Amino acid sequence: MSEVKFSKEHEWITLEGDVATIGITKHATEMLGDIVFAELPEKGSNVEKDGTAGVVESTKAASDVYTPVSGEVVDTNQSIVDDPAKINEDPEGGAWFFKLKIKDTSELDNLMNKEEYDKFAKETSS
Amino acid sequence: MEIKKTSLNKLHQSNNAKFVEFAGYEMPIQYSKGIIEEHKFTRSNSGIFDVSHMGQLFIYGDESLTEELEKIFPLDLKNLKQNCSKYSFLMNEDAGIYDDLIITKIEEGYLIILNAACKDKDYDILSNLLGSKFKMNLDNNRSLIAIQGPKSVEILNSIINGVDQLNFMTGNWFDSDNQKLFVTRSGYTGEDGFEISISNDKAEKFVENLIEKGAQLIGLGARDTLRLEAGLCLYGHELDINKTPVEANLRWAISKSRLSNGGFIGSKKIMNQMQDGASQIRVGIKPEGRLIAREKTKIFNDTDKQIGEITSGTFGPSVNGPIAMGYVDKEFSKVDTKILLEVRGKKHPANICALPFYKKNYVKGVN
Repeated sequence: MSEVKFSKEHEWITLEGDVATIGITKHATEMLGDIVFAELPEKGSNVEKDGTAGVVESTKAASDVYTPVSGEVVDTNQSIVDDPAKINEDPEGGAWFFKLKIKDTSELDNLMNKEEYDKFAKETSS
Repeated sequence: MEIKKTSLNKLHQSNNAKFVEFAGYEMPIQYSKGIIEEHKFTRSNSGIFDVSHMGQLFIYGDESLTEELEKIFPLDLKNLKQNCSKYSFLMNEDAGIYDDLIITKIEEGYLIILNAACKDKDYDILSNLLGSKFKMNLDNNRSLIAIQGPKSVEILNSIINGVDQLNFMTGNWFDSDNQKLFVTRSGYTGEDGFEISISNDKAEKFVENLIEKGAQLIGLGARDTLRLEAGLCLYGHELDINKTPVEANLRWAISKSRLSNGGFIGSKKIMNQMQDGASQIRVGIKPEGRLIAREKTKIFNDTDKQIGEITSGTFGPSVNGPIAMGYVDKEFSKVDTKILLEVRGKKHPANICALPFYKKNYVKGVN
């Protein structure tokens, strides 16, 4: 599996072959607070880089989930729809959101690595 | 304008509060445990809320004060006993609500608790109506602390002996730590609890003492989910200048004896609406599934006609599901009426339901 990359919209992405797994970062969940609702893209649909591909809602507000790359949705994580609290518990592991079959791996090039993202998250949240 | 801070601001900081601006004040939205845990702790144990941003208006005067206030509020204040509280409203001539409030008869006057965002305007409206005959003090030197939840009575009574003898919606002055506190048995969470008016310089130590006895600080986030589960209105959401108490389904708060003769501001409109009914009315709404419908969500009937709008909507931690309140056309206000909520461009099924979503635990009769 590839190195984990991060977007400015606080998604993480890993790549295995041409299938990317995408979720939201621990930092994002800390900003959102208790997550109580998740909506995921439909399997078989196509999503565009930087477009919306889902929604999470905390007790406070709704937030869009964006996709950092384009592709076809090949799998979604029903367990976080059934139990959204899992997103707070294990955001960068078991609580992934969706998997995409991607065409253009170069879309990952401009994303941040962990060190860059941690710095970005710290700067933007203060 | 510089953001205002309450006397507990430092204590919030040292308890890792996340702050938001609310009505010009820097207030804690939550602490490190988060809204759901704070909510559940209040329901099962005892939560402390800093509500010092709210207005504490003391008005003193002779018997003519009661007469003058009866021209303003739809209450039977002549027969209100000293130390008893009532929920009421400040209205305009069209019965539009400037603010909702709690008024308590105290020795030689009244104490009125006002919403933070409305308090200065309320003060101006009331001073215009009352003139200069009475002494009015919107007291900025006092903090207001709420303690809510089933263990609150035991915790507070261990610090202020005797508060356990108060009935719901009554209050009294108590001596503690060489000062006078005004304590009422009231609150806005659907739980048994108290509100304590205390001088600013004593507030922090008092709250630290409550924490030592096992109560925990709770932010405005959980205060909102708690009041919504309890079916209680929040000014600026369920209530505003374009809503009347009848439309807000709060006719229980209008004293019966005042309905026959009126004589208070807005009474004509209220008496008309009581007779003919209001065209829209506040209801409880339960979305099916897990979907949350927030404020401003449009409500439709099954023939695609818009019939209302949501005024508050969130996830109810004790109900363990989404809950909302809103206004719908009268003919759709019956419990179990099926409605549709438009969220992110799609219509989702929901039902009108009875309020509250969560059953109250108020203590009605100690004595």
